[in-house]
Amino acid sequence: MSLDLGLPALERAEPRLMRAEPLLTMSGISKRFGNVRALRNVDAKVYPGEVMGIVGESGSGKSTLLRMMNLEDTPDTGDYTLRLPGRENENLFDLARYERRMLCARHIGIVYQNPHLGLLMKHSSSGNVAERLLIAGERSFDVLRDKAREALDASEFPLDRMDARPIELSGGMQQRVQLAKAIALEPALLLLDEPTTGLDVSVQALVLDTLKRLQRDRKITMVLVSHDLGVIRTMADRVMVMRHGEVVEQGLADQVFQDPQHAYTQQLVHAKL
Amino acid sequence: MSLATLTKDWAATSYGFLDASAKRELRRKMLKAIAVPGCQMPYASREVPMARGWGTGGLQVTLTLVNPTSVVKVIDQGADDGVNAASIRRFISRVSGASETWDTLGASIVQSRHRIPEEMMREDQILVLQVPNPEPLRGVEPNISIARQMHADADYGKLWLTLYEQIVRKGRIMQGASYPSMVNGRHVMTPSPIPRWDVPKLNMARHLTFLSAGREKRLHAVPPYTRVEPLVFSDRPYLVEDHADLTCRRSGVQGFFMNELPQDGGGSVFEVSDSNLGIKALNKTEGAPTEIGETWYRNGEYSA
Repeated sequence: MSLDLGLPALERAEPRLMRAEPLLTMSGISKRFGNVRALRNVDAKVYPGEVMGIVGESGSGKSTLLRMMNLEDTPDTGDYTLRLPGRENENLFDLARYERRMLCARHIGIVYQNPHLGLLMKHSSSGNVAERLLIAGERSFDVLRDKAREALDASEFPLDRMDARPIELSGGMQQRVQLAKAIALEPALLLLDEPTTGLDVSVQALVLDTLKRLQRDRKITMVLVSHDLGVIRTMADRVMVMRHGEVVEQGLADQVFQDPQHAYTQQLVHAKL
Repeated sequence: MSLATLTKDWAATSYGFLDASAKRELRRKMLKAIAVPGCQMPYASREVPMARGWGTGGLQVTLTLVNPTSVVKVIDQGADDGVNAASIRRFISRVSGASETWDTLGASIVQSRHRIPEEMMREDQILVLQVPNPEPLRGVEPNISIARQMHADADYGKLWLTLYEQIVRKGRIMQGASYPSMVNGRHVMTPSPIPRWDVPKLNMARHLTFLSAGREKRLHAVPPYTRVEPLVFSDRPYLVEDHADLTCRRSGVQGFFMNELPQDGGGSVFEVSDSNLGIKALNKTEGAPTEIGETWYRNGEYSA
């Protein structure tokens, strides 16, 4: 197996694989929207420190699944657990609204494709990051300021613009603000919903670079949804291929891309190559 | 069946101007508001002979509370003798038989716009504040339905965020009046447009406070001995207006909230905003028998 994935050697020398207990476990997730079966009996596991890629065409249910991971939506059936201290065996879909919101704010970070969903456009960039900390109960102005600066710095945002409003910033910068907001509280799980779609290729590469560095430095567990195989290929350790609300194939990224088993995956990989 | 059997017999007005069903509804909402301090209760704001926005909310609460033994004081920006205050006071006394007063200590109901009296109020007194905008989240969330969800979730991140950004942009918190305050550790309220000077007076106050917005049709309450904490960062202290060193040019009192009167030539002089306190101080210097009650601020320092 010597498929060149364009990764530095260091990356592959240190496999972050399934030795530990999974951080995220979803089982039997089904969801209907009217006549549309958006998800059919989906199981997913994400292990600590790994990047899980979800690929699939538009309408395959990947974003719905991600929204459920972020507890924005509940399924018709199915369980969801996260291995957080004190919450190991709790089905998070059963949580009360308030608890769900607090758990999301503290332990789950999300970057949306559309920055308007994730950011308060009329407030400053540093304020956007600070809001997360404020919800979690931080009440010292100096600490808020420092932590916001730290998070923006970690997502490689130019600090001289930290008080600019996101609406004045470029698309790549907006994604960096979203990223800073997502990682400000050091979440257990970082969800990325097509984070680089809509950015031009060079900016896309820079944002992916930042994500990779963050992943390396902080060992954040990430779930990355994309329809772009190139992005998944650079980032993900494992992939899950979805179609019509079902998982058609999952496995190590290298394996799936080099030796696709399911007809749809084969089509997808060949279309890309 | 004729119209006569369906309608009530004619009478000039019912006691206290509002009809019985209106008062009944208001009492229910006022009790609810006391039960959940700081939570806004919707009510059907009735017509009173005054335009919306001129204190109809406060007036309705006062008319519900009032009885012939009540003593009513009405203040407008601290003054008892403004046209609006005087007219409301006269109206209340005419429809209910309650007596009128200017004296904070002698009143049983104090209806007020924009100020809380400087003299400390007691357990047997009720403060009714006229509120233009009861919703602290209006500035950050124009959609009322979403704002109500945010109250239910205790989601006040955006409110904190505006304070954070004021410090970032201006170096200090710019919010002057209606400073958002946490009531009983749960609901954030906007305490009507009272100055920052007056917000600490609501914290663990001995009196009951109603805040009622007639145009917005909502009221909320601060029961006696309830915590009211202005939203502040732990390392940026809450500052009241810089009036501690100002002296009233007419009564000579010092260390209270002042009205600034600009003068020709660019200077300004100050008069104490709580006009009855000024009158009492003047009477005292002239030797008339006057009782000035305990005040929340002493020598310009809050000390209750």
